[in-house]
Amino acid sequence: MSSFLLEVKDMSISFEQYKKGLKKFTGTPISSFDVQLNRGEILAIVGASGSGKSLLAHAIMDILPKNAIVSGDIFYNGEILSKQKIKQYRGRKIAFIPQSVNYLDPTMKVKNQVRIGFLGSKKKRSAMQEQLFLKFGLKKSDGELYPYQLSGGMLRRVLFATCISPDTELIIADEPTPGIHQSVLDLLLSQLRYLADKGMGVMLITHDIISAAKIADRITVFNEGKTIETAPSSFFCKNGERLQNEYSQRLWRSLPQNEFIEVK
Amino acid sequence: MKDLSWLIVKNLLRCLLLLLGVSILSFALLKISPVDPVLASVNYDPSLTMEQYERIAEYHGLNQPAAMQYLRWLKNLLHKDLGMSLVHRQPVIEIIKLRAKASAALMGISWVISGVLGFLLGTIAAFNHGRLSDRIIKWFSYLQAAVPTFWIGLIFLLIFSVYLGLFPIGISSPIGMLSSEVSLEDKIKHLILPTFTLSVLGIANVTLHTREKMLDVLNSEYVLFAKARGESNFSIFRNHCIRNAIVPAVTIHFSYFGELFGGSVLAEQVFSYPGLGSTLTEAGLKGDTPLLLAIVMIGAVFVFLGNSIADILNSLLNPALRR
Repeated sequence: MSSFLLEVKDMSISFEQYKKGLKKFTGTPISSFDVQLNRGEILAIVGASGSGKSLLAHAIMDILPKNAIVSGDIFYNGEILSKQKIKQYRGRKIAFIPQSVNYLDPTMKVKNQVRIGFLGSKKKRSAMQEQLFLKFGLKKSDGELYPYQLSGGMLRRVLFATCISPDTELIIADEPTPGIHQSVLDLLLSQLRYLADKGMGVMLITHDIISAAKIADRITVFNEGKTIETAPSSFFCKNGERLQNEYSQRLWRSLPQNEFIEVK
Repeated sequence: MKDLSWLIVKNLLRCLLLLLGVSILSFALLKISPVDPVLASVNYDPSLTMEQYERIAEYHGLNQPAAMQYLRWLKNLLHKDLGMSLVHRQPVIEIIKLRAKASAALMGISWVISGVLGFLLGTIAAFNHGRLSDRIIKWFSYLQAAVPTFWIGLIFLLIFSVYLGLFPIGISSPIGMLSSEVSLEDKIKHLILPTFTLSVLGIANVTLHTREKMLDVLNSEYVLFAKARGESNFSIFRNHCIRNAIVPAVTIHFSYFGELFGGSVLAEQVFSYPGLGSTLTEAGLKGDTPLLLAIVMIGAVFVFLGNSIADILNSLLNPALRR
């Protein structure tokens, strides 16, 4: 019995594909992934683009394509997170913030997209949505618009608004903040921090190590399908000499603000 | 606002040009055809003398050059006169009024049936993508699309009317009954088989298009996100699929007006159903120019309307196009 909110043990993800005719071919982008997340904590998972970070989030939410094979164990609150369980929990206890603004329905007003999953009368649901919009600095009139009418930064805020419900215990954010203005970034990250401080667990998947070091409690470095190292975010400072693994050190030192060295 | 009025004017001009072109073409085809309208109007009576022949031709203006005949027809049309039918010896407008109702019922009902059934079948197939039900629906649609309407009509007649005796064979009311005595039930009974025959092609059309679009929608990132937010299949269908997949279905279905009209000609012929379609066939076979041109023009306007409605609905239903 573990006391973690979410624990992933030795997870691997492979894909069955057909290459040239009927020759079966299995690719394994993720071979060994371990993570533990406490309540009230932000755990950042950092790694280079294309290292399969999104797959981790999709595997936990059970929204991988049909040809994916996932092995290993996922525990939620100490019990195995089976397919039936995740089906019950997602959108209620476990919320997901996707990577791209294309995850919003192009033909639906954003206020209605945020209201999906809210319970209660129409009046109560619209009040809840308006309150959320206020929290994320969106106007009430913005809710009447369709996704294509909103800017990238506003859509990010809408996506954040979809993840919050009274029952949410765990937020899995998959690269939620690429290419947005610093002020919006700060607003969104401080909201995550606020939610974590209220007792939720937040798994923040990102390649933005600087932001991760700023708001996360711990950082897991991920490369080539494997967990490299998990360290407190305070270790990501100066030259990164307190980091144990060489790859994590180099990843940190590769940033332009630091030494700008090549990772490999 | 200016854009809208310009759009309407542009479309009206287009429609008029289309009508002009269609009428010239149909008229020319009729004049080239070997059918002699004078002989046809007396049912090829062999006792017709040369003198009588010429008098009939003169009466209908058939002794003049073809171009003159066309211009006279055009002039009368501008004065809201569609002319006299050679075969029926009645004003064309009277015949059309009588037949259009029957055709409208036939086409309208089968249009609605094929739209609703097609959308449902396409949705069921997409949600069960790759499973047996999907494959059955898909192959059934291919079969429906490949089989000609009149053949399906004959098979339906054979099975349901001849072997099973469930429905009457042809015509829109029981034989030997005054039209005032025909009950609604009789009318419906006579309408069922032609309607179904006419629906078949449309069902396949809508089914296959809906299935394709629905698969795109189901594989989209927004449906993936909906799943991650705990939406059930039904909620996904209601919240995301209908609005995203219905636009192509509606567009396809309105632009299907042309095939619907063409199909009604065949279906009405097979079932001897007295609508515009079977009248058109008769007019063509007997060289009845005024009657044929009138029905052809109605058909052209009908098809043009269908396509225009498809365009307008497309921009209304799709907010991204409404810029």
